[in-house]
Amino acid sequence: MASVTLNKINKVFGSTHIINDVDLIIGDGEFVVFVGPSGCGKSTLLRLIAGLESITDGDLKIDDDVVNELPPRERGVGMVFQSYALYPHMSVYENMAFGLKLAKTDKQTVHERVMATARILQLEELLERKPKALSGGQRQRVAMGRAMAREPRILLFDEPLSNLDASLRVQMRNEIARLHDRLGSTMIYVTHDQVEAMTLADKIVVLKGGHIEQVGSPQTLYQQPATKFVAGFIGSPTMNFMPAELEDNPAEGCRVRAKGIGALNLPQDASAQRTNAQLTLGVRPEHLRLAPAEGDNAFEVVNVEYLGNEVYVYLEPMEGRTLLIHRSEAPCQWQVGQRAALIADLACVHLFDGNDHSLAVRKTSAAA
Amino acid sequence: MNSRQLIAIAKRAGFWALIGVLMVYAIFPFYYAVITSLKPASQLFRVDYWLNSVDFSNYERVLTQGSFLQAIGNSVLVAVCVVFIALLLGLTAAYALGRVRFRGRNSVLLIVLGVSMFPQVAVLAGLFEVVRVLNIYNSPWALVLSYTIFTLPFTVWVLTTFMRQLPMELEEAAIMDGATPWVTITRVFMPLMWPAMATTGLLAFIAAWNEFLFALTFTLTDSQRTVPVAIALISGGSPHELPWGTIMAASVVVTVPLVVLVMIFQRRIVSGLTAGAVKG
Ligand SMILES: Nc1ncnc2c1ncn2[C@@H]1O[C@H](COP(=O)(O)OP(=O)(O)O)[C@@H](O)[C@H]1O
Ligand SMILES: [Mg+2]
Repeated sequence: MASVTLNKINKVFGSTHIINDVDLIIGDGEFVVFVGPSGCGKSTLLRLIAGLESITDGDLKIDDDVVNELPPRERGVGMVFQSYALYPHMSVYENMAFGLKLAKTDKQTVHERVMATARILQLEELLERKPKALSGGQRQRVAMGRAMAREPRILLFDEPLSNLDASLRVQMRNEIARLHDRLGSTMIYVTHDQVEAMTLADKIVVLKGGHIEQVGSPQTLYQQPATKFVAGFIGSPTMNFMPAELEDNPAEGCRVRAKGIGALNLPQDASAQRTNAQLTLGVRPEHLRLAPAEGDNAFEVVNVEYLGNEVYVYLEPMEGRTLLIHRSEAPCQWQVGQRAALIADLACVHLFDGNDHSLAVRKTSAAA
Repeated sequence: MNSRQLIAIAKRAGFWALIGVLMVYAIFPFYYAVITSLKPASQLFRVDYWLNSVDFSNYERVLTQGSFLQAIGNSVLVAVCVVFIALLLGLTAAYALGRVRFRGRNSVLLIVLGVSMFPQVAVLAGLFEVVRVLNIYNSPWALVLSYTIFTLPFTVWVLTTFMRQLPMELEEAAIMDGATPWVTITRVFMPLMWPAMATTGLLAFIAAWNEFLFALTFTLTDSQRTVPVAIALISGGSPHELPWGTIMAASVVVTVPLVVLVMIFQRRIVSGLTAGAVKG
């Protein structure tokens, strides 16, 4: 168990700057998830921590020691790879024992550790099998077992579930969460799947183009996304965005007008904005309600998706982009072609400035 | 019988006829050698394609010659050393060329391949100097040295290609487990590279076993010779007599081990290749 501190970490491959001034503190025993679109540098950041890539600039500390120059085996980290990368010619037992043997652990201890790990991961029956005789989920568990057997202080996962089918992924996600509770070790987990991130993490790190966009608990990211990127990345179905114009005097209150919705009095603090500033309004599908249309603030229902427990209604403004609404509880009375007015839950509406930064809610009159 | 069936039959017949021609083409010389070796000297110049009686006197003569047995011993020593050294250097070079990133990696690989394109005669004189300086003239080590030079490019090339196909994450997993490059090569890569190593090792063995020019040039005395030279120098009772029967018997004796080796490893190669083809 250990804490990890990243201090202005940079990584340059040739002439491309992949990781840009990343600062991050990962607490002892924390489950941290790196999430972001493909190619944003998640794996690279994880590999920098593992020691598989060299750090171009900055300090990486594990507990109180700078480990920039230490090889992986001396950092006390274990890693689970996306392709599992099990040794094909070794049995499950040998796969898990390999690292211990290389560390010159005595035979008795090797056996005890492997058996203990196998018990935790329910691999006892499979110890003699070769990887090719295992199912996807079993290989996944062996890969975790191999990383855990040496009892590393930090466990790293690089998209460990992306090769599994959907139902197995949910099951393994659960097992990883329980494993973390049981081992209590620090875990760093990379995924591009925001559902995995939300369900597993104590702390989510959203990466974009090699820099940190926001760090926070799943709840913080969902409720107070710092940028439009985070707002759009977290949550499914994704947040609805529409252009909005700031009205009146921003110093007194935040009143915006959006096409198709009309004027809204929002709790945000817009005092730093110019009057008539072009902003972006963000509303999650679950924070919208539909009402019968009146006047010209109307949307057309273009599609209705029935998912059993909930229904997604897709709406289009009279001219322009597609919006989407999420409502629990079927049945739904809306049908394609109908016109509907949108009512947003004002306490849950987000507002982003011209640089896509979120506007904070005013302290004094924060809405309940 | 309609014409389509006729065509099908004709195709089959043609196919087997072609296979028959190929078999005869490939096997007949060897078959004729075996036949000749089993004939007594008196019948040698009667052209027969079938064996009427079996006579082992040629084999007896070959195998009771001390120098021939010595030559077989030398050949085994040279071939085994060449295979061992070529695989060892080939594997480590393949790791460097296939896995370690450094400037000029591809040029090195091209030079390695280029070296193998020189004909033997071109390097004979230079190599002779090297052999003299190292003071290994007229010893099997001269042959080990020169064969290794000619075997390595192919070995390195094949093993490098093979090693590049092994997944990067496998090596990284070994690094995370605390493996040094040497441990990674010997305990992770080598077991997976069996097919490639069997193939290149076998070819190196055959090349070393059959080589003639260097063997003739770098050895002087009977006790240091390898089999191909020893066979070539087998002489009869008089300068005008070539003892074909004995020569053929000697050839069969030294070819059989090769055939057996190929048979043994052919299984391995095929099974290894198919096992590697499926992602495991
Ligand atoms: N060894 C490398 N050499 C050059 N570029 C690399 C290397 N590894 C990764 N990159 C680049 O770095 C970027 C981030 O890669 P990666 O960290 O794998 O992204 P992801 O977030 O999808 O895991 C990509 O644009 C990739 O092309
Ligand atoms: Mg990745």
